Amino acid sequence: MDNVESLLARARAAVAAAADLPALDAVRVHYLGKKGEITARLKQLGSLRDEERRAQGQVINTAKAALAEALDARRALLEADALASQLQASAIDVTLPGRGQHPGGLHPVTLTLQRIERIFSAAGFAVHEGPEVEDDFHNFTALNIPADHPARAMHDTFYLTDGRLLRTHTSPVQIRAMLSLGAPLRLIAPGRVYRCDSDTTHTPMFHQVEGLVIDTNASFANLKAVLAEFVERFFERSATVRFRPSYFPFTEPSAEVDVLSESGRWLEVLGCGMVHPQVLANAGIDPEKYTGYAFGMGVERLAMLRHGINDIRLLFENDLRFLRQFHATS
Amino acid sequence: MKISESWLREFASPPGDTAALVHQLTMQGLEVESIESAGPALDGVVVGLVQDVAPHPDADRLRVCQVDIGSGTVQIVCGAPNVRPGGLYPAALPGATLPGGLEIGKAILRGVQSGGMLCSASELGLGDPGASGRAEGLLELDAGGLPGSPVAPALALPDTILDLKITPNRADCFSVVGVARDLAATAGLAFVEPVSPAVPACGGDLVPVRVEDPAGSPAFLVRAVRGIHPGARSPFWLRERLRRSGIRSIHPVVDITNLVMLELGQPLHAYDLDRLDGGLIVRRARESEPIQLLTGAEVRLDDDCLVIADGSGAIGLAGIMGGSGTAVSASTTNVLLESAYFAPSAISGRARRLGLQTDASTRFERGVDPNGQRRALERATELLLAIAGGAPGPCQAEGARAANRPPVNLRRARLARVLGEAVPDPEVEGILVRLGMEVTPDGEGWQVQPPAFRFDISIEVDLIEEIARVHGYDRIAPRPGTQATKLGEAPSTRVSPDILRAVLVQRGYQEAITYSFVDRERDRLLAGGREGVPLANPLTADLAVMRQSLWPGLIQALGHNLSRQQRRVRLFEAGVRFIPGAGGMAEESVLAGIAVGTSVPEQWGEPARSTDFHDVKADLQAVLAVVGAAGEFDWVADTHPALQPGRTARVRRRGQHLGWLGYLHPSLVKPCGLEEAPLLFELNLGSLAAATVTAYQELSRFPAVRRDVAVLVKRDTPVGSLVGAVTDAAGPALREVVVFDIFAGEHIDAGEKSVALGLILQETSRTLTDAETDNIVGGVVQRLARDFGARMRE
Repeated sequence: MDNVESLLARARAAVAAAADLPALDAVRVHYLGKKGEITARLKQLGSLRDEERRAQGQVINTAKAALAEALDARRALLEADALASQLQASAIDVTLPGRGQHPGGLHPVTLTLQRIERIFSAAGFAVHEGPEVEDDFHNFTALNIPADHPARAMHDTFYLTDGRLLRTHTSPVQIRAMLSLGAPLRLIAPGRVYRCDSDTTHTPMFHQVEGLVIDTNASFANLKAVLAEFVERFFERSATVRFRPSYFPFTEPSAEVDVLSESGRWLEVLGCGMVHPQVLANAGIDPEKYTGYAFGMGVERLAMLRHGINDIRLLFENDLRFLRQFHATS
Repeated sequence: MKISESWLREFASPPGDTAALVHQLTMQGLEVESIESAGPALDGVVVGLVQDVAPHPDADRLRVCQVDIGSGTVQIVCGAPNVRPGGLYPAALPGATLPGGLEIGKAILRGVQSGGMLCSASELGLGDPGASGRAEGLLELDAGGLPGSPVAPALALPDTILDLKITPNRADCFSVVGVARDLAATAGLAFVEPVSPAVPACGGDLVPVRVEDPAGSPAFLVRAVRGIHPGARSPFWLRERLRRSGIRSIHPVVDITNLVMLELGQPLHAYDLDRLDGGLIVRRARESEPIQLLTGAEVRLDDDCLVIADGSGAIGLAGIMGGSGTAVSASTTNVLLESAYFAPSAISGRARRLGLQTDASTRFERGVDPNGQRRALERATELLLAIAGGAPGPCQAEGARAANRPPVNLRRARLARVLGEAVPDPEVEGILVRLGMEVTPDGEGWQVQPPAFRFDISIEVDLIEEIARVHGYDRIAPRPGTQATKLGEAPSTRVSPDILRAVLVQRGYQEAITYSFVDRERDRLLAGGREGVPLANPLTADLAVMRQSLWPGLIQALGHNLSRQQRRVRLFEAGVRFIPGAGGMAEESVLAGIAVGTSVPEQWGEPARSTDFHDVKADLQAVLAVVGAAGEFDWVADTHPALQPGRTARVRRRGQHLGWLGYLHPSLVKPCGLEEAPLLFELNLGSLAAATVTAYQELSRFPAVRRDVAVLVKRDTPVGSLVGAVTDAAGPALREVVVFDIFAGEHIDAGEKSVALGLILQETSRTLTDAETDNIVGGVVQRLARDFGARMRE
């Protein structure tokens, strides 16, 4: 029988040689189990004299503790190894695409409309809608464009056979809102409009957003502030804007708003003006008591400027290769 | 309206270059839409004085000219028939490059030295582009040119053509003088109205003139000029001036009337006096009266058209276009010039109705200067005598000087209120006076007398606009308005379509926007043969009727994409459909879509299979879930003329129609240009707009139990009906029914299917006992047996 040191050395070697947890457990049983070698040594102590038993007991217990520590260390190591190989076996390819449906997207005109609506809604403009088939009164006469007015030539109107027409602008919504709600008012009216025109810069259908503010002291200075701010919000840059005198039968004074492009060209983005007193009167609002301003913008034009689209017809071909380019964050 | 910068600057010339002028005009409301160069720089082309012309020894058609070019004399061989000694012509010297790309060098022509080239107008890139050099002859320069000096200034070059957008209200700016007048007023320049002295008459008979409609034609002036030279040609400067305004040179008389119109804004008309049948009558047309127009077209008139007639009938549409029978021609020797003021109300709309918008009608319907006829007639006479000779008759005038426009009051306070800031009194008065108005201060502001030609000044705001425009829009400081605080509305009855759009986007649909007008036949097919509402004036035949559904547009978009190698297409659109009906037509907002291809995009983790009815149904149920609980909606088998019977469902909300889902009818697949039937859906947005406000139901603290029931039923039994019966029979303890298996085939009779239902039962106030549960399930089974002949399956 070898001494305790060599027993411990042998046991340590066995621990180190244990390749897996069952082998390690076998080592533990062999030395520390009920019939284990070290356990047997401890049992034999009873046959020794007190002094020797104490000394020998201390030696064996020290060896036992050392072996237990070695077993624990080896167990931790083997467990970590086992976990590592288990993890390795269960690894997945995280670079594979996610499963299931892929989202589609919104049309750039819708994205632009939503953007315009967001900007104006925050300032308390309510969104109003109106019919796309209109009568002469709401589309023209009430807006100070009587029959035979030269401005009608600018509108290239589509007519139905009963004399009604496809609205040429969203301005009739102004009239409907004024007639039904009266003053004060603060609204925008987005929607489809139609003109008999088709080339690289015109489609027979397009979208406009009309804006209207009626109040006791709405002024041209207010109009300038609102629209200059709108242009900056919409394009997300400080923009050089000019208000250029123009003519619309339903506003006076009237202006076109141009934005200076990054390439140094003036780009027309919207038309606006102070609501003509005759239009207020036509819609039952006292022009001495109230003043108002109105504006109208072409949504396609704004979308094209924002996204760098160069041919308006692309917007209505609905080619998926085109539509898929637009993210939901308009 | 195109005018040249040099012409404009003859009347008003603010300091600064072309860009500064363009900016000034644009910011005063006369937008310059485009600018182009009027002609090339012509470096190396000088004024040449031909001193001597000798025949070419070897060529009949060539002449050898000795040309003084200032620094000396050069010999130039020339082929033009009109070269003569003493003439001044453009001489292109060696080193010059002509606009056509021809490089001039010394040359030997048939053995004779030629040190340059004498040029025609077209060789210099001027004049009518059609005219060829030889037939056209050399360009004769005005006498007095200094030999050797650059030719460009003599040709009014360099020059710029400005294309001005004249808005309908600014009738007074439809001429060079009108633009100059407004430019001078805005830029603070002195401006002198050009005057044309009266040309004395050289006898001659009067031409009888009768104005039967003095309201339509308040002023009507004519003058006969007899014995003009029929071979006269318009001089270069005149042709060139017209060219720079985009008008072709036709005949000296016509060219002169056009020039005066461009210069003064007064349209003129010229008749061949010898082709008139008696005198002129200005009257309303008779109903359906025929007239042969200058263009050769014959039109029939309404009785609200103003015409000029002679003994033979209508020979001109007043203010719009003359007739062909009395037009001047190359052989005309006696001319009658007409200069009239036709009231806008007598002209407006007619030209557009007849499709005859002309430079004249554009001006008359907006309003020409009611007092400008005499000046224009004198100016035209003066030019005609200078260019074609002849003996002028007296100026015959019918009508009186126009009455002043009514004065307009301008209130100081109103001006400040509309603009949002005050403009100092002296500036207001200065602006109005510079614009030709008479201004009288009164207590609250001013009384203003506008000039007769300012048709756009009738009410106070017209003056406010003038002040703002001349003061400068850019000088009015932006000022945010003050408004009463008003909170937004959040009605549950108005679900934004944007939310519904977002759901479809998440389910893989791409939003489309298609035209509201579609092909008539395609639309009719998809509407079960019902005709859509047609447009009276469609742009093209395939955009001729208002769509009765969004499907024609979506099918077209599908076709567009399929033909571009897209195999999987899912599109939706939110928009209006137009439903014809007895009471005219109704507009209905719908959310519609189309789907073909695999249920999910091609990918590694899902087997590829075609999108089917229930895939799209799930998409729609996701949309419906935004506005209400599943129980509000029911899906029933139904038929729609555009959809495949047996594979079509109508969806209802609380019993009311909400929409359709189904496959395109097989008989329509080919006519729609497709090879396989897409799934189509349509939901009425109006019925989706109202969301149901959720009323909270207390959560049960007691356990739920699940019991599964598998039954055999006839194969055509709708599972929806089974679920309905189960729900009814199970009573209030039923929380949910899950359809977890449908099976037909092996071990099942041919006419039957097995349906497995999971019933989740729970009471709110106690735990369900086994006996109660058994009782409920027993009731359900009995009910299914009774209503559907269902048998329990083991």
